[in-house]
Amino acid sequence: MAGVRSSNEQSYVITALVEHRPGVLFRVSNLFRRRNFNIENITVGTVDPTTARMTIVIKGDEKVVEQVVKQLNKLVDVVRVSTLDPENSVIRELALVKVHAPNSTARGDIVQFAEVFRGRVVDASRESLIVEVTGTPDKIDAFIDLMKTYGVKELARTGITAMVRGPKTVPG
Amino acid sequence: MVVMSGAKALVEALRREKVEVIFGLPGGAIMPVYDVLYDSDIRHVLVRHEQCAAHAAEGYARASGRPGICMATSGPGATNLVTGITDAYMDSVPVVAFTGQVPTFMVGRDAFQEADIIGITAPITKHNYQVRRPEDIPYVVKEAFYIATTGRPGPVLVDLPRDTQVGEADIEFPEKVSIRGYKPQTTPHPLQVKKAAEMLVRAEKPLILAGGGVIISGASKELVELAEYLLIPVSTTLMGKGCFPENHPLSLGMMGMHGTTASNKAVLEADLILAVGVRFSDRTTGKFDEFAPKAKIIHVDIDPAEIGKNIPVDVPIVGDAKTTLRKILDAVKSLKEDRVKETPWAQRVAELKREFEEYAEKMCQGEGLKPPKLMKLMRELLPPKAIVTTEVGQNQMWAALYFKAYHPRTFISSGGLGTMGFGFPASIGAKAAAPDVPVVDIAGDGSFLMTQQELACSVSENIPVTVVILNNSMLGMVAQWQRLFFDRRYASTNLGEIPNFVQLAKSYGAEGYRVDDYDEFTSAFRDSMKNEVTTVIDVPISPEENVFPMVPAGRSFREMIV
Ligand SMILES: Cc1ncc(C[n+]2csc(CCOP(=O)(O)OP(=O)(O)O)c2C)c(N)n1
Repeated sequence: MAGVRSSNEQSYVITALVEHRPGVLFRVSNLFRRRNFNIENITVGTVDPTTARMTIVIKGDEKVVEQVVKQLNKLVDVVRVSTLDPENSVIRELALVKVHAPNSTARGDIVQFAEVFRGRVVDASRESLIVEVTGTPDKIDAFIDLMKTYGVKELARTGITAMVRGPKTVPG
Repeated sequence: MVVMSGAKALVEALRREKVEVIFGLPGGAIMPVYDVLYDSDIRHVLVRHEQCAAHAAEGYARASGRPGICMATSGPGATNLVTGITDAYMDSVPVVAFTGQVPTFMVGRDAFQEADIIGITAPITKHNYQVRRPEDIPYVVKEAFYIATTGRPGPVLVDLPRDTQVGEADIEFPEKVSIRGYKPQTTPHPLQVKKAAEMLVRAEKPLILAGGGVIISGASKELVELAEYLLIPVSTTLMGKGCFPENHPLSLGMMGMHGTTASNKAVLEADLILAVGVRFSDRTTGKFDEFAPKAKIIHVDIDPAEIGKNIPVDVPIVGDAKTTLRKILDAVKSLKEDRVKETPWAQRVAELKREFEEYAEKMCQGEGLKPPKLMKLMRELLPPKAIVTTEVGQNQMWAALYFKAYHPRTFISSGGLGTMGFGFPASIGAKAAAPDVPVVDIAGDGSFLMTQQELACSVSENIPVTVVILNNSMLGMVAQWQRLFFDRRYASTNLGEIPNFVQLAKSYGAEGYRVDDYDEFTSAFRDSMKNEVTTVIDVPISPEENVFPMVPAGRSFREMIV
């Protein structure tokens, strides 16, 4: 699937609106483990006081995705599930990259690269910079690859969140 | 709204759900509830091991169609329920389990007899709850019963920290529940129904495969009507046994690893399968890729996740079995005004049936007591609505193959989990639900030893059942596999002639018989139905006995051993 990391198996993006309750993340991840589904990535965020939204990336074929959606739907705490068509969705991830930057040449280069990637330098010390980048996972991969020339000291990625384009919504 | 304790609220909520019996065993963390139950009209059946509380609740539910209730204390009480809850989950049985828990403020501190029963049972329940406040109890109970009994039924566990039992609060009892994430679909899509009806009318060699879903939804009448209208033979899964009368000319008996030759051959020849309320377990289908090689498949199930999970289907229909069969039947009648009278397929099916009857007759011959013959005898001696439960192993497969069930809810066996020790506590639960019919547990010696302590329960609670032990002094089914696939190397399957089952029964105050021929068996079995206490009949059979037919695991039905 375009947009998300490529490999021989396809990746699919699934969004689920769930009850905002203790234990829900456990139930969902436990289901994946028990059914032998391969999670690549899972993120959770609050939508309103009673609802949270999960974005799940899984690897597999169409049959697997169909089972994932059906099994998720069986969880009482899951309100609604849908698969996103990557061609027709906005998919974003945020990364914080701490880069080794001991001299002004390195700093200058890093700042320039960050600009090209529409990133921002959010912290600086004598030896390092923290750059914040947002975008598709591919774009973030590319940025991290570039930073490796300087030395990536630490890396934090949020995992993706996603939304279908246009007026259509995942109804709550 | 009234002020009362959580424990009182719980018992009142159970009363409102029309609970008549609870199977359980108390302990520290659930004592406040037991103290309220002490004054209540709800009957409590004291088991001697909590696993049996869960199995008894299953037996009760499967015999009656109403939810079965079990109760245990925290920690070991709760973990002892786990096998029974898993069994109920695999076989879609509506069981509501209540467990005590350490007080809320102690949860997570590894308190005495604390077990994370919510974490443990998440994958083996339809849903579970840990109560946070006494005032939540009536809502949780209402939801638990609703979830357990609707859609595809299953077990729900409610964990009750001790402080929520003793704490008092303003309590109100809801009339209804609405759960955003839980809306089972029961009405089938009309286009799919139409497609199914057209295919059924057109098919030359149709076959119905009926499962536990037909029993759960009470669809036997519709099933019989449809089969008779189009002259379609009916095979069942183990869970479906009884949903179609097995003395009906169109009944082919069970399909699967130990299916009848009639069912297993018919499915190879059929050009259309109407599968209703089944989940295509590997024990029913054999090798997935070679199941029903010539047939298109229509699959009706209330759980969308079952459709296409194991076997690809041509016409998926999500819906309740009863509603769907009724609609298919109506559509069939509008396409075909008269019922089908005779077809070459019906003749072929009659031939397959005759062939199996002759085979079964042959299996009754020979020296010693033959299990198929014992099954036939029991069928003759029991009234049509008597309930049979089974243990697991050869005993179970002999019963499934050779004991004919005539009515839904009269054949109760552990299907998905295959739990040894299930049959006896399940028979106690069934008898508690249906005190007016004889209840018989068809057992193996190994299985019975796993839960035999419930003789104490059945005797002291006055719930008399009959246990027929097909005693081969072996873990028979495992020994059969060793004989067939492991060069007769009987690793750890020889049980010896231990214990003396007659003395064991008598030591509990039950009746015990040892029989050596069919006449003795008949007379002991007749006695058992008159005895006021539970009766154990020890029936020695040859340790070399095999259950046939059999399809080796993972193979096609073409490779059936007869
Ligand atoms: C709790 C449990 N443990 C182990 C097994 C594996 N197993 C399946 S059949 C069987 C033998 C059952 O022996 P018995 O109850 O004597 O019945 P028989 O096969 O001899 O009729 C065993 C050990 C099981 N199904 N359940």
